[in-house]
This record gives sequence, C-alpha cells and structure tokens, in this order.
Amino acid sequence: MALRVKIWAWRIACLAVIIVLWQIASEQSTLMKFLFGAPIAIAGRLWAWWTSGVIYRHLGITLIETLLSFAIGCGLALILGLWLALNNLLAAVLDPFIKAANSMPRLILAPIFAVWFGLGIWSKVALGVTLVFFVVFFNVYQGIKDVSPVVLANARMLGASRRQLIHRVYIPSALTWVFSSLHVSVGMAFVGAVIGEYLGSAAGVGYLILQAEGTFDIDTVLAGIIMLTIFALILDTVITLIEGSLLVWRPKQN
Amino acid sequence: MAGQALVLRDITCTFPPSSASAAAYTAVSGAALALGEGEFVAIVGPTGCGKSTLLNVAAGLLQPSAGEILVFGARLAGINRRAGYMFQQDALLPWLTARGNVALGLELRGTAKREAAERADQWLARVGLSGAGDRYPHQLSGGMKKRVALAQVLVLGPEILLMDEPFSALDIQTRQLMENELLDIWSADRKSVFFVTHDLEEAISLADRVVVLSSGPASRPIADFPVDIPRPRDVTEIVQSPRYLDVHRRIWEILKKEVLKGYAQGKVA
Repeated sequence: MALRVKIWAWRIACLAVIIVLWQIASEQSTLMKFLFGAPIAIAGRLWAWWTSGVIYRHLGITLIETLLSFAIGCGLALILGLWLALNNLLAAVLDPFIKAANSMPRLILAPIFAVWFGLGIWSKVALGVTLVFFVVFFNVYQGIKDVSPVVLANARMLGASRRQLIHRVYIPSALTWVFSSLHVSVGMAFVGAVIGEYLGSAAGVGYLILQAEGTFDIDTVLAGIIMLTIFALILDTVITLIEGSLLVWRPKQN
Repeated sequence: MAGQALVLRDITCTFPPSSASAAAYTAVSGAALALGEGEFVAIVGPTGCGKSTLLNVAAGLLQPSAGEILVFGARLAGINRRAGYMFQQDALLPWLTARGNVALGLELRGTAKREAAERADQWLARVGLSGAGDRYPHQLSGGMKKRVALAQVLVLGPEILLMDEPFSALDIQTRQLMENELLDIWSADRKSVFFVTHDLEEAISLADRVVVLSSGPASRPIADFPVDIPRPRDVTEIVQSPRYLDVHRRIWEILKKEVLKGYAQGKVA
C-alpha cells in the first residue's frame, strides 16, 4: 500500500515537472510558443471544449466510428476465419491473397474510401474495418486450429453434430483468441477512425485537429491529441474490465 | 452371460505414411475382440501397441482400414452412439463450468437447459463433487477433473463405456480411490466396459477378463484371462489375495515377453 502511494506520488511529480518546464519554456519566446504550444493555453482550450459542450459531438462521432469499425471488422473476420480454418483447400487457395492484403499499408486506402463512402462516418468505418479485420481474422484462424483434438473427439462422442461443434467448440475457442487481442483490435479501430477523420471529414476529434492545423493553432492540435490519449486510456480500461468477465474460465497467467 | 455388446471383427488399422520417405504404419492387424453385455474387460499391452487405436475404432472415431464392428448386433457406421468414451488426456471443455461440461451431452441431444443442469448436478453429487458445479476445469485438481469427466460420460446413460487409461495421470492414492468409485458406480447398473490400461494391477483389480495385446506394430490380442476374484472388490486390498497373485503371475509371463519385444523394437527404431 505504501509502495503504491509512493509510486503515484512520483508519477504526479513527474507530470508536474514536465508541465511546469514546458510552460516556462513556452514563455521564453513567441517562436517557442508557436512551435510547442503552452500548457495553460491547452488547458484553457480543453476547458472551453468541455464547458461549451462542443467536444461531445466530436467525441461521440469518433466513438461511434470506433465501435462500428470494431463490430463490423470482428463480424467479418469471425465468418471468414471460421470458413477458412474449416476448409483447408479454400485456405490454401486464398493464402497469398490474404498475405498480400495484410502486407499492404492499408491506411493509404483512406482517400479511396472517402471517394466511395463520402466524408461522413462510413469512410472512417471502412478504414477501421480493414485494420481490425486482419488482427481478428488471424486470431480466429489460430483459435480454431488450436482446438484440442481430444476436446473435439470428446464433443463428438457426447453427440455433437457438425453444426453443434462449430457453436459449442470452435467459436468459443476462437473467441478466446479474439478476446485476448481486444486491446490491439479496438486500438486499431480507434486509429482507423482518427486517421480517417484527419484525412478528410466534417466532424470528429481528428477533424478538430485537422482544422486547427490549418490555422497553425498548435494549442488546439495538442488539446485534441490529449483528448484522444485520455479517450484511448478510458477505452483500454473498459476493455480490461470486459476481458476479465469474459475470460473467467481461463487460468490466470503468472 | 447375455448377448454381445460390442464385437470387433478382423480389425486392421493402417495409417498412411507421414512423409514420402516413411512407410505406412499398421497399428493393429486382424484383431478380434468381443465384449459381453455387463462385462468389464481390461485390455493391457506394452506402450504403443495400438490399445487406444482399438478403442477409437470401437468408439467410431476412427474408421478401420478393414474389418467390422458390431454394436449390439448392428453394424457400426459413424460415431458409436451407444458408447461413452473417457479419454486419457483432459477432454473437458475449458470454457464450460463443471456443471456445463456434464450438461453438455444432454444439451447436444436436445434436453432443455434447466433440466440438463439439474441432472448434471445430480451426477456431480454422485461423483462426490456437489458444490463444485460452478468451477471451471482449471480450478479443479486432476482427480476432480476425472470425476467431472466420468459424470460427463455417465449422465448420458451409455450402455457401453470405453475408457482409455483414464486414471493414468493421477497419483496412486487418488487413483485407487477413483478405481473403487468406478467399481461402485459400475456395480449399480453393470454397463459393458472396455478399459484400456498399461497397468496390469489396475486391469486385474477392475476387470472380469483381461485381454493381452501383442507389441506393435500390427498388434492383436494374444491372450485372454478370466479374473475370478469375487465382487465387490476393494482395489487397495485385492492385491494381497492369493487369487490375484496367481492371475497376475500367469498374465505377466505373457505380457513380459511382449513388453521386452516392444522395448527391443523401440531401441532399434
């Protein structure tokens, strides 16, 4: 307990030192202030966002894009992963295509998605889906290949039909792998949403940053980045909580 | 004895070569084996002699290259629905609780969830695990997992029980405890049991009849000994009885040769 308090005290001290030094540095010259922004100005911007309520809409949109990308990406990956993992021929045929699609730097697809789906949320969702899909897909595939042959034989002896095997054995096993990669896949969905907004949009936190950059308003850019960081941390905490309740059956790793 | 619960006729199992340079492997060749209704038969043999292969054939999990299987007189095609199989390794579904695991077979066969859970609880109580229904397999000890596995199989009321060295991973005390419990449960309704083991003591203490398999490859049953030790038996005491020692000596004479043969082959390979 004492150690925890000590650790937290040091952390807060570190943060305070950084902020104070930053503020002092920014006051040395106009150029410094222009290049690095100033903590007090950034805090003022954040405060204004929250008190005026402007930020809610943008955060809400980024959150919706993240969740949609995650849900759709997971769904597609689960279906395709199951299909390929249970069909060796199909997996062999599609293997090079999947490798190629995975190796491609997919962020570069954002402009194409903007053309296809417009500047609304769907172009961001599409980008997020391409990022989430592969993380989840490989986990589903692995999860199904990972099913113990003994457990499988047991389920068959207990009377499982092929469909029941998929529902009761393959999918639960695949889901463990998906759950254990939730941090990465939700993170990917978030990256997709923000990058998509940044590359062209009419709303969202990425849009706020893009607007501010257009007028060299470094304070607002940094305020946006801090918003995103806090947001990502909250998302990560929520996932840790969900993970704990979904994977109760898994032995704790020490 | 009444009719035959399970008959294996001229079973041969050849596995395709694992690589281009390897030869095909014949695990079992021309094996014939019968299990009477209500009979407890133990199958012993040196390691790698195809004991599990035979059991998998009887379960319908493995299609033999030749031969046929009769289950209560009917030819077996696909999974043997009248048999329950207890595996050597952990076969519980790790994402289901003990109750969920025991209820699984019932649910797969269309029993309503609530009723399946009730019957699962009854069986968990019967194997001495009442109160452990909500635990997941990783929270159970080796012996408890075996009890759950036993309940998982027995809750379905199979007429034939196939057991593949189910207790081999347990320490000796737990193991004898489980053996006694198995005999106890078995004596209640006398299912037909095929019990595979490499442990002759276990085989004699449990079974009505001990079948010895020759060492692999191409192994087959080479000897068949009735065990006329009266029941009920206590596996911890039985090993001192003169009848036990006599049967043990006679079987070991044959089994020893096979074990040595298998050992010599293992050294060459």
